Amino acid sequence: MAFTTSLDTAPSLRGVEGRAVAKRPSRWHGLRSLVPVVPFLLYVGVVLGIPTFIIATLAFQTRTGHATWHNIQVITSGGQYLLGFETSLKLALVTAVIPGVLGTILAYAIAQSNHEAFKRVIASASGVLANFGGVNLAFMFVASLGPAGVATAWLSSLHLNPYNHGWTLYKFTGVAVVYMYFQVTLMVLVITPALNGLREQWREAAANLGASRWQYWRYVGVPVLLPPVLGSMFLLFGSGFSAYATAEALTGGTIALTPIQIGSILQGNVISGEENVGYALGFGMIVILLVSVVAYALLQRRSSRWLRS
Amino acid sequence: MLNKVKVAVAIGTLSSLAAGVALSGTSAGASSSTNWSTVKSVSGTMGMSALVAAAKKEGHLNVITLPLQGWANYGVIMKDFTKKYGIKINDENPNGSSQDEITAVMNDKGRASAPDVLDVGTSYAVQNTNLLAPYKVQTWSEIPAGTKANNGAWFDDYGGYVSIGCDTAKIKVCPTSFADLAKPMYKNEVGINGDPTQASAAFSAVFAAALANGGSFNNIEPGIKFFANLNKIGNFVPGGSAATAVAGTTPILIWWDYLQNGIQANLKTWKVIIPTDANYAAYYTQAITADAPHPAAARLWEEYLYSTVGQNLFLQGYARPIELAAMTKAGTVNKNFLKLLPAAPKGVTKYPTLAQLTAAKATVAANWASEVGAAG
Repeated sequence: MAFTTSLDTAPSLRGVEGRAVAKRPSRWHGLRSLVPVVPFLLYVGVVLGIPTFIIATLAFQTRTGHATWHNIQVITSGGQYLLGFETSLKLALVTAVIPGVLGTILAYAIAQSNHEAFKRVIASASGVLANFGGVNLAFMFVASLGPAGVATAWLSSLHLNPYNHGWTLYKFTGVAVVYMYFQVTLMVLVITPALNGLREQWREAAANLGASRWQYWRYVGVPVLLPPVLGSMFLLFGSGFSAYATAEALTGGTIALTPIQIGSILQGNVISGEENVGYALGFGMIVILLVSVVAYALLQRRSSRWLRS
Repeated sequence: MLNKVKVAVAIGTLSSLAAGVALSGTSAGASSSTNWSTVKSVSGTMGMSALVAAAKKEGHLNVITLPLQGWANYGVIMKDFTKKYGIKINDENPNGSSQDEITAVMNDKGRASAPDVLDVGTSYAVQNTNLLAPYKVQTWSEIPAGTKANNGAWFDDYGGYVSIGCDTAKIKVCPTSFADLAKPMYKNEVGINGDPTQASAAFSAVFAAALANGGSFNNIEPGIKFFANLNKIGNFVPGGSAATAVAGTTPILIWWDYLQNGIQANLKTWKVIIPTDANYAAYYTQAITADAPHPAAARLWEEYLYSTVGQNLFLQGYARPIELAAMTKAGTVNKNFLKLLPAAPKGVTKYPTLAQLTAAKATVAANWASEVGAAG
């Protein structure tokens, strides 16, 4: 943002004035407009840049610091690590798309309400619940929907024991359901501002021009909402892809997920001396997220073009 | 880098002193110029009193990942050590893992906060001897062969057997073997403490299950198959822990015998049984770090842990100290503590070699999720 503003207003780029004179203030101006961003850039560099660089470096080294492809070969040559990436991606996709849709519908329903206090309660609750995860969340589900859980016992007394109908908390579906607990509320949290931007006047204007409800959504609602909804889903994807403690506490590692495998290598009591394979797995996750960011950006551009036409 | 240079200079200076302080591998006499970080043993009361004096002068000891409650009585042990010698103990990351310890040693190198002593799974010590300083405690000969490094880089401290804990309030007839665990009456009731690719207790449960099902130290696969089957028939509950045992979601929990007492403290009806069809034990390992900021205190800590007092304190925490056999023979073992432990299994307990352990761990890492997760 800062860049474009300074370029737009920089006199030298308008190309009329004498160059040597005009150049100076423009560069100064450009630098000065960067100043407020410096703390942010520093912060990003320290907490994101340096660790990423270190992981990327260590992924291509042996324990003793020699260069090697070995770690990358280990994680890409099939076996549990590829399975881990595959399951992690599936889990991230499922827990991005379903909660994305559910969260949008829920947030829309809330945004339509005229009850201000109710809206505020929902907003605060979403803020809290979206950040509720880890061992506590896993335990909450075990205590309610686990084999000996309260809700299971209650359903069982109605002859509806879910464990007799293929449900289990400890596999992919169970983990996905538990993730949705925080993913839906996270979606509500991030999509609400966009929904609030959907003005009542637009609907009225559309109605005045004779648009049906469907036409309103097709030509106004969805085009306006699609980019923020996709962006939010992407956020959920990242959140589901990298979540660790909940799945580990819930499944005891019986589900192959990359974050759990990294945990086993870098934090465990069993697998020793494989640190660099762990870094390679971390590097793999970074690559996947980078690819998804690029894919998302392309999709965004494509969709905005489609919306314009 | 700077530190390495310093140490080299120090060694050079010291060895040029013909003061009679024997370095590089022998016992240290009482000398104020002793460089404790290279001392490999102390002998006699003279040596001990010099060590105590030097350690007191350092005044601090950095330990890492020693739980403050339960777990082999470390909380009491640390308090007693501080009381006895006036040395303050800093316990970094009390609930961390062995890998956390190794990572801390690597990352904190040269800092005053770096760990002085480690308590790790044996393979972590064996694979990182370059980070360790060899030292032999005075009772070195009482540590059984095979549970210590020949040069003193690491030495086992305490351990126990894989056992089955069972809540007698919920389970009418407690299982006494791995074979029992597969009975239909235990549906949705059997847990292990955590993930065998992360928790050594859970990994050991898989190894014990292998021994009970036709496997061997060379073949852990039957153990994985055993849990895959438990999962398939619906007996296995993943993600077990002491908390789920107390909460009742895993009324049967396979864990180290010396840690089950932590559940007993919260659940009076908890019973501990060593399975009849699997005799599997493992010990944790002590080591002093090569760059210990408090080298004398580190050595004194080891002398203390391997004294009769220290070993009996492990026993008080339901852990079997490594010198138990020698102490039983010498009559120095605390019999009141000993009788609270579940009886050791009959026959000789054997231990896998490190090569066997490494291979078994790789197998579990590769197959646990795909085989157990896929079953059921």
